Amino acid sequence: MRNKVHFPKHLSFTLRFSPSRIAIMERIIKCSEAIREAIDQEMAADERVILLGQGIDDAKGMWGTTLGLQEKYGDRRVFDTPLAEDGMTGMAIGAALAGLRPIQTHIRMDFLVLAMNQLVNIAAKSRYMYGGSVKVPLVVRAVIGRSWGQGAQHSQALHSWFAHVPGIKVVMPATAHDAKGCLIQSIRDDNPVLFIEHRMVHQAQSHVPLESYTVPLGCARVLAGGTQLTIVATSHMVMESMRAAAVLESCGLSVEVIDPVTISPLDIETILSSVEKTRRLLVVDNAWLSCGFSAEVIARVVEHFQDAKGIQVGRMGFAPVTCPTTKVLERAFYPDVSGIAIKAAGMISPKKILPDGLWQEAPEVVQFRGPF
Amino acid sequence: MDRLTYYREMLRIRRVEEEIARLYPSDKIMSPVHLSIGQEPVSVGVCQALEADDVVFGTYRSHALYLAKGGDLKQMMAELFGKATGCARGKGGSMHLIDVSHHMMGASAVVGTTIPQGVGYAYALTLQKKKAIVVAFFGEGATEEGVFYESLQFAALKKLPIIFICENNLYAIHSSWATRHAQTNLCDRVGSFGIPVRRIENNNGEALHDAVADARRSILEQGAGPFFFEAMTYRWNEHVGPGTDWHLGYRNEKEMDEWKKFDPVLAIARELDVVTKERIDLEIKAEIEEAVSFAEQSPFPEASELYTEVFA
Repeated sequence: MRNKVHFPKHLSFTLRFSPSRIAIMERIIKCSEAIREAIDQEMAADERVILLGQGIDDAKGMWGTTLGLQEKYGDRRVFDTPLAEDGMTGMAIGAALAGLRPIQTHIRMDFLVLAMNQLVNIAAKSRYMYGGSVKVPLVVRAVIGRSWGQGAQHSQALHSWFAHVPGIKVVMPATAHDAKGCLIQSIRDDNPVLFIEHRMVHQAQSHVPLESYTVPLGCARVLAGGTQLTIVATSHMVMESMRAAAVLESCGLSVEVIDPVTISPLDIETILSSVEKTRRLLVVDNAWLSCGFSAEVIARVVEHFQDAKGIQVGRMGFAPVTCPTTKVLERAFYPDVSGIAIKAAGMISPKKILPDGLWQEAPEVVQFRGPF
Repeated sequence: MDRLTYYREMLRIRRVEEEIARLYPSDKIMSPVHLSIGQEPVSVGVCQALEADDVVFGTYRSHALYLAKGGDLKQMMAELFGKATGCARGKGGSMHLIDVSHHMMGASAVVGTTIPQGVGYAYALTLQKKKAIVVAFFGEGATEEGVFYESLQFAALKKLPIIFICENNLYAIHSSWATRHAQTNLCDRVGSFGIPVRRIENNNGEALHDAVADARRSILEQGAGPFFFEAMTYRWNEHVGPGTDWHLGYRNEKEMDEWKKFDPVLAIARELDVVTKERIDLEIKAEIEEAVSFAEQSPFPEASELYTEVFA
């Protein structure tokens, strides 16, 4: 589970999970393709799985993640829905109560705000408030946008809101491999799972086995081993943090990068053992900081180490403003490889000055074109 | 529907509610209770037209629905007492009654929220090719929530095996229906979704029963889409709690007296011979005593149960 991987010097985000596997065959595909493959394989394996959401049967197919599935499984198992997030979430919950395993897809995470009542008051609580007599095996896919002026209402990352509530799992993979494995595991889970994707992560490529496999929920992944500082990063910030780690390595600094993969329940043990070793923790969340996931990780680490001296903590995330559309401001809104590398270097060695020219803007951000 | 069964079921619910009201000052039931007295004909009329496999979803005012659908009285009483033997193991209380074995699939304290679950359940029934229907119960206040219209729309679109029952008791807490709507004819509004509608006046559970039985048959035999019935009824007690609320001034006792003229429990009682009436009274009394005693004697949940059933 906790694979330590070598990060290639070039900045395409290719992960190599084990040398032996590389020796046999590498199957490098995009995260969006891995997601489609996960849904396809689970729908083939289990007729209780249904897929619904606005526009999932159109020609764009949710950036390819749902393409061809209606043709394959029919319009009763795969269907477009009216623009009714609240009602359709409740409908999916009802179907789950009846024994189906719905996957509801939202083209933007921002639209989940319209479904908060059903997710928080019903999906998360039914098991508990009905004394264990029902289960809600529901997956809600939500996609975070970024770049090409996605702006105020197409770019929010609200995982912390949901992780606050008991009874719903929150998964936020950052690699194609984990996206497929976690999505299959989420579909098989008997609980509501919020499965958060990022349009920049959709572009990420990694080795993805063709066969069906699961990645357990609640297990963090150590993506890069290091000794001087622990970076805990989420979603797209995992990609940027891995780039920062490579930059730092070239400057002689050793950074461990941990992707929690699951936000709730959180695998704090993996983070604690890393911080025990490095004594420094930098959380880079793909979200705002206030009352958020970064605060949660740091609080738990500080609680754990409170009698020990010399644990340094820091955090980075969205600027505490609404996401602007204009590129020049949007650039400043998000943490990036340079900001992460500089902050991390400063924590390890305050006098360390990193030379210029070691980083470039994230290629998936630069290459991204709208209008969708 | 057998008239004596109709009477007995309604009377049983009324006596249970009266017992809850009687017990309430003892503080053995330390949670809100929304009593169904006066509204029994709706739940009983509908549920007498259903089969065991049919599914119902309710609201926080669901003591009547739970019992009418066959829910276990002892477990309900234990739930109100917060006991481990309750239908939700003491974790749900009066507002979240559930009895999965009788397909009473839950009740929510947030107005309107179970309506779409009924729709989703109905969608699953069609996919699973099951010969059963769903009935979603809600008050007229829920018809003001957006989710109500979203649910009607989808149910009509997919022609789902679901009957929507609006229990219109005229008031959302203390606010009257008429003061909140420019256009007060609810059936007209729902009918515009392409759903057959009917308003049933005067707390008439028998007419409601027949309408639901016909609708159920059309659904199962002809695949007819959803149906909507607005059942006019009246709550005798305060919105929440065991007492009355005439002193609040938003309605008056005279209004209730008018509704009492239609009350089928009182009306049928007048028709019955003394022996039959007494026999039913005694049977119900014994059952309620047994349920209260079961609740009293049951243990509270262990402290460790605080942490169970967060996840399946």
